[in-house]
Amino acid sequence: MAEKVLLGDEAVALGAIHSGLSNGYGYPGTPSSEIMEYLIKYSQKTGNIHASWCSNEKTAYEDAIGVSLAGKRAIVTMKHVGLNVAADPFINSALLKINGGLVIVVADDPGMHSSQDEQDSRFFADFAKVPCFEPVNQQEAYEMTGEAFEVSEKYHVPVMIRLVTRLAHSRAVVVTGKEKEQNRMKKAEDKKTWMLLPALARKQWVTLLGKYKEFKKDSESSLHNPLYINPDFKKYGIITSGLGKNYYLENIPELSVKPSHLHVGFYPYPEEKIKRLAENVEKIIVIEEGYPFLEERLRGILKQPVEIEGKIDGKVPQTGELNPDNIRPALGLPVRKTLAEVEALPGRPPQLCQGCPHIDSYNAIKGALASYSESVVTSDIGCYALGALPPYSAIESIICMGASVGTAKGAAEAGLKPAVAVIGDSTFYHSGMTALVDAVAANTPMTLVILDNCIVAMTGGQETVVPSSRLFSVVKGLGVDPAHIKTIIPLKKNHEENTAVLKEEIAYEGLSVILSVRECIEETKRQLKKGKANK
Amino acid sequence: MKFDIILAGVGGQGVLSLAAIIATGAMKDNLKVRQSEVHGMAQRGGEVLSHLRISDSEISSDLVAKGTASLIISMEPLEVLRYVDFLSPDGFIVTASEPFINIPDYPDIEIIYGKIKKLKNHKIIKSLELAKKAGSSRAANMVIIGAASSVLPVSSSSLKAAVEELFSSKGKDIIDVNLKAFELGAE
Repeated sequence: MAEKVLLGDEAVALGAIHSGLSNGYGYPGTPSSEIMEYLIKYSQKTGNIHASWCSNEKTAYEDAIGVSLAGKRAIVTMKHVGLNVAADPFINSALLKINGGLVIVVADDPGMHSSQDEQDSRFFADFAKVPCFEPVNQQEAYEMTGEAFEVSEKYHVPVMIRLVTRLAHSRAVVVTGKEKEQNRMKKAEDKKTWMLLPALARKQWVTLLGKYKEFKKDSESSLHNPLYINPDFKKYGIITSGLGKNYYLENIPELSVKPSHLHVGFYPYPEEKIKRLAENVEKIIVIEEGYPFLEERLRGILKQPVEIEGKIDGKVPQTGELNPDNIRPALGLPVRKTLAEVEALPGRPPQLCQGCPHIDSYNAIKGALASYSESVVTSDIGCYALGALPPYSAIESIICMGASVGTAKGAAEAGLKPAVAVIGDSTFYHSGMTALVDAVAANTPMTLVILDNCIVAMTGGQETVVPSSRLFSVVKGLGVDPAHIKTIIPLKKNHEENTAVLKEEIAYEGLSVILSVRECIEETKRQLKKGKANK
Repeated sequence: MKFDIILAGVGGQGVLSLAAIIATGAMKDNLKVRQSEVHGMAQRGGEVLSHLRISDSEISSDLVAKGTASLIISMEPLEVLRYVDFLSPDGFIVTASEPFINIPDYPDIEIIYGKIKKLKNHKIIKSLELAKKAGSSRAANMVIIGAASSVLPVSSSSLKAAVEELFSSKGKDIIDVNLKAFELGAE
């Protein structure tokens, strides 16, 4: 036993290591990245586990399935939107007879601190019919990870841990527990439970539904779903999930009574406990971080008419994060007095760093398109999305990882030309390549600009899965005509030359790819610092 | 005892190290601590905000409630005004005096000072000048911790020990500069 100060993310990573983890995989994505960073550091230091970044969340998940097939414990990490990419193997893996424990950690981002949406991963766990743990603090994050592995091996299912930004990125003391040895390699015995041919999958589906009944039973007795009944206060009761619990506890001292309260930290949710709560109160106030997942289901669970308040009727805000303040109206508490009000202030939006190569790439693209009365520039997920803001205002669409390529292709094929797509190197490997193959097949008249800054910059400088030196051969290998793959170096002094190259390729009535290659300025600074420190 | 702090500034100003030092110091004094921060986009010249909660009993929420913070520590004066509604009626403000101007519509600095000075308990510190005096302009955040030390529920000896710990890998000279900056801020 030891005490450690850990981020929520790090608590999950250490929890996994102490549960006999053998392999960890993931794709960087705020707020989940620090889980893998911790595992990779541990792996480099000790050599005890294998931990590595992958091209995307789907490949990461499939790697983890392979580890499970071999009988060892694997963890796979991603942000919420990453699970959209990994959804195929995730949903299907629920039908396998999982061998070594398989735990998927998904970090949601309510409030969209660094994301395109607020989607709630509990829906995915429910959809796949797998158990899901939701910790409310770092200690639970550590302990639930161990439990998740136990449940995974007990029922032979993948198990989800859902985190949110506020927990992933806040620090507190964690008391660590016993350390378990890793599993020995032991291949899954029954091939029939690992091949999802329709005839076999039908059986596995029935098996999964049987297991699901067990999860529901476990949920009723789970210590993570504590129910407190106050028999003397019927007016209302509370259901919390996730960090909603913390904000509720924060406000309890101001309530005149302690209402009946059910917290849900393990899913599938405990229906019987919800019914028991409802029998004891006239109204249920639901405070949950994320979508109104439980709230929407309450009506279907309860036999008697009970008033339900929460996100759907607007008593609790349906967008953004919960906090200790915005749940007060639902609890009937007044707004707290503050020393002063915040007046309108100029915002300080994030910006491309001084000296960032993307600035020079965007200037060249804008220069090359200046003579056209109409054009479109689609963009993607990464630092270069900041090119949307003035003074650049250089891009027109940001959708999801890899979408720039297909969106430009579709626009060009609909006659909107010239069509230029910009994508980062890591995002290209993540999910831009397949769309580029489509463009190769159709020889679509469009220009793809790969902004190769030789790193995954936005999420803190993780290594790109394939080094920059191999990008040309990858693009050529996908079938792009080498005569129309051009490399430029985005520097101010090259502006005229780069603009000319882009102009020429944009004018070409076929597919062209520009590799705009210069290292992320922050990474250059980091390396300089390291160099100095080593001297 | 419960002491909630809002730490503010701009990406790159050392706000998170500041939070780490106070948190480490508080733990050395056997207090419970929760510290929350937002990574990602905030790092690129945007606002940085960290909630730091210190208590002698269990803390539930990672976030400080409005109207309850005992202290705002800021590396930048405009950033103070963004969070004043977190302050409790007798809350303190400790801020660096130097504006960080990376936006076109940055207000007149005298107006900002005027608004801060209207609030009851404030210290506006020439952190850069004192940091240079200590030996490095990069130690401005240590000046600010020093300036806040009389208000913090953490002993100066624990705060200094935390400073030494944070810079332990950087050698004695760097530690000394940072400790000196802390002391100049505390004066």
